[in-house]
Amino acid sequence: MIDKNLGPSRYQALRFGLWIAMASITMMFAALTSAYLVRKPAGNWYEFKLPFQFFISTILIFLSSLVIEWAFQSFKKGNENSYKFGILASFLLGISFLGSQILAWKSLTAQGITIDLTVSGSFLYALSGIHAAHVLGGIAALMVSLLTAFLIKFEVSPMRILKFDLVRQYWHFVDILWIYLLIFLILQ
Amino acid sequence: MSANHPNNVEKDKLIQELGYDDHFHEHHHGDKYQTNFLTTYIFSQDHKIIARQFLITGIFWAIIGAAMSIIFRLQLGFPDADMAWLRPILGHWITINDAGIGRLDPEFYYALVTMHGTIIVFFVLTAGLSGTFSNLLIPLQIGARDMASPFLNMLSYWFFFMSSVVMFYSLFISTGPFSGGWTAYPPLSALPQASIGSGAGMTLWTVSLVLFVVSVLLGGMNYITTILNLRTKGMSMWRMPLTIWAFLVTAILGLLSFPVLASGFFLLLFDRSLGTSFYLSDIFINGQALDRIGGSPILYQHIFWFLGHPEVYIIILPAMGIVSEVLSVHARKPIFGYRAMVYSILAIAFLSFIVWAHHMFMSGVNPFISNFFVVFTLIIAVPSAVKVFNWISTLYGGNIRLNTPMLFCIGFVSMFISGGLTGIFLGNSAIDIQQHDTYFVVAHFHIVMGVAAFFGMFAGVYNWFPKMFGRFMNETLGKIHFWISMIGAYAVFGPMHYIGMAGVPRRYYRFDSFDAFKDFDDLNKFITIAAIVTFFGQILFVVNFFWSMYRGRKMTEQNPYGSNSLEWTTPIDAGHGNWPEKIPTVQRWAYDYGKDDKEFIQQHVPLQEGEEPSSH
Repeated sequence: MIDKNLGPSRYQALRFGLWIAMASITMMFAALTSAYLVRKPAGNWYEFKLPFQFFISTILIFLSSLVIEWAFQSFKKGNENSYKFGILASFLLGISFLGSQILAWKSLTAQGITIDLTVSGSFLYALSGIHAAHVLGGIAALMVSLLTAFLIKFEVSPMRILKFDLVRQYWHFVDILWIYLLIFLILQ
Repeated sequence: MSANHPNNVEKDKLIQELGYDDHFHEHHHGDKYQTNFLTTYIFSQDHKIIARQFLITGIFWAIIGAAMSIIFRLQLGFPDADMAWLRPILGHWITINDAGIGRLDPEFYYALVTMHGTIIVFFVLTAGLSGTFSNLLIPLQIGARDMASPFLNMLSYWFFFMSSVVMFYSLFISTGPFSGGWTAYPPLSALPQASIGSGAGMTLWTVSLVLFVVSVLLGGMNYITTILNLRTKGMSMWRMPLTIWAFLVTAILGLLSFPVLASGFFLLLFDRSLGTSFYLSDIFINGQALDRIGGSPILYQHIFWFLGHPEVYIIILPAMGIVSEVLSVHARKPIFGYRAMVYSILAIAFLSFIVWAHHMFMSGVNPFISNFFVVFTLIIAVPSAVKVFNWISTLYGGNIRLNTPMLFCIGFVSMFISGGLTGIFLGNSAIDIQQHDTYFVVAHFHIVMGVAAFFGMFAGVYNWFPKMFGRFMNETLGKIHFWISMIGAYAVFGPMHYIGMAGVPRRYYRFDSFDAFKDFDDLNKFITIAAIVTFFGQILFVVNFFWSMYRGRKMTEQNPYGSNSLEWTTPIDAGHGNWPEKIPTVQRWAYDYGKDDKEFIQQHVPLQEGEEPSSH
């Protein structure tokens, strides 16, 4: 959160801005899951099991979160190799997460649960799809971090810490968001 | 803290990297942005230029939105009149019958109504009002060089611009713009084949609104972050002008409600493009049952109005903030009940999130649940009344300057009272069953959030025009504009209450074919004539605005109104960064008028020995 010792500054404001953006995204998913809860009791609701790929996705994105945290701590300590390896690994795990989500959708389609078959299926596609779009944004940010790590001279400066920190926080956020969605779907 | 303190070293490094004054030092480091024509006027990152861009785009849309309303008012007031003269503008939407008489196409009538609502609500009263004044005043009044992220601020405008381009383009496609009402209820919005405007027009409408949501979110993020993080030394929350409080809460409302609308739009797009049934169930078109089951249009209504009601306050709160500030300055008195004003803004904002279903009393909502929404809707009247009371108390005994900004503020208060009172009728579900979808509703919301918000916007434009352009708007033209608007608005919307009470429904193409409504033909004509006169009154404003930009009386003193807030401490022609030297330190609240026999004491003036800070 805000480091009060630094006082009012754009440097602090950017971090704060990210938290506001995340609050905004949270509202979007709160709306979608509320719509799910409102719609479900109205009947015409087809029950089916979640594809196992969603659980693999969860492991992948959770691992990615752990690795990016390790990369961030390594960067702050000036440990260049761990930082580079960590950021590459979290990027690849992020890509794998998306791949795993695509496999999950394919598995659903193979079971006959297409996006337009039933509202319960449509919601599953919508929730996971809109989340995947947000992960894609995180992957784009990770890509920039990756290029920075490998193409720009290694230097631990406040600005670079800040930029990496913003990416790290957002990445943790989409991870937590997915875990929330999965628990929500399991409970439902 | 010593210069060698680790934090200071870190700050110095940051300043080197960021290249602009970061509030760490007492001097300005200069502008990191190149200043050629493109970066100064087009892709500017200066909040003052971005404010102008929002305002001028808003004015452009206001003219289009108002012109649309005149066309459909002509249709309602004079349904048998020949409209062939509009053919050069509207093309095939004016059909010529066998008798050679031009008729407005009914489909296009609905498109006009839809576009009028969309344009005025989103493009004019959200982007044009909040976008303009949040951008102009936030950094200036809190003592910041610019927004927290000038780049995102620039993007915020350009997303709005792209949204505008897409919406504008939709006006010219052969099937016409979307025609299912500004609320875009399914099935008209969810089925491309539902009506002529539901096809490409609705697709473009949705794309435009999604871009608009992105613009609002980028802007709102910046406003909140800037206000909470970049206030100058001494500018505590309780010393901020009420404008800033209003912009802060407006941005919070936007950030919490627009994502909900976005989620609703995503599901709508799925229904339109991927065959899902979130909002569609048991639909027949031309006797053919569609392959859609299990959806509910009520679900869309819930999602839409979860934005839609806070949106009302996203529109009116900035106007309230502007009015609070301008009233105080031109009454030469401290705003009455400053803290009560802040708490009422917060209360209104909170309550605005838990009353959305009052728009759905006729949608089959359980009557017992309706009671909850009735109670909270009526409770909103309490903080609203607190504000009205405080504005009137501020005026009471004041040394009032009846200039154009002040006239519009008084007009705002008048409109807000008139429109607010009819809200109490509609907030009762039992009365709403009769009044729902009649002209009574149209009159209510036009007065309370349309005209009132416009009046707040006009007050702001007339008041801060010198800050934007270094010149004054013409005062005589301004006063004529005010009186035409004030009398015109009541002449248009007053009779609408009456015909609404009588049960005349909104969204009808013509009324003369119904025996029940024939008695109101003359009133409809009167309303139309009043609307046309009022419209031409607004043209006066537009002429005054653009003429004054280049030919208006030049501003010669830094603080022409004797105002206390910080924006009047910058040079007349302030560059990017606002203050050439250090940013003033704030010593007091923004409303020390008439204190200790001084007409006004600016916020940066230190307390004199023995002087007590004003209690508020």
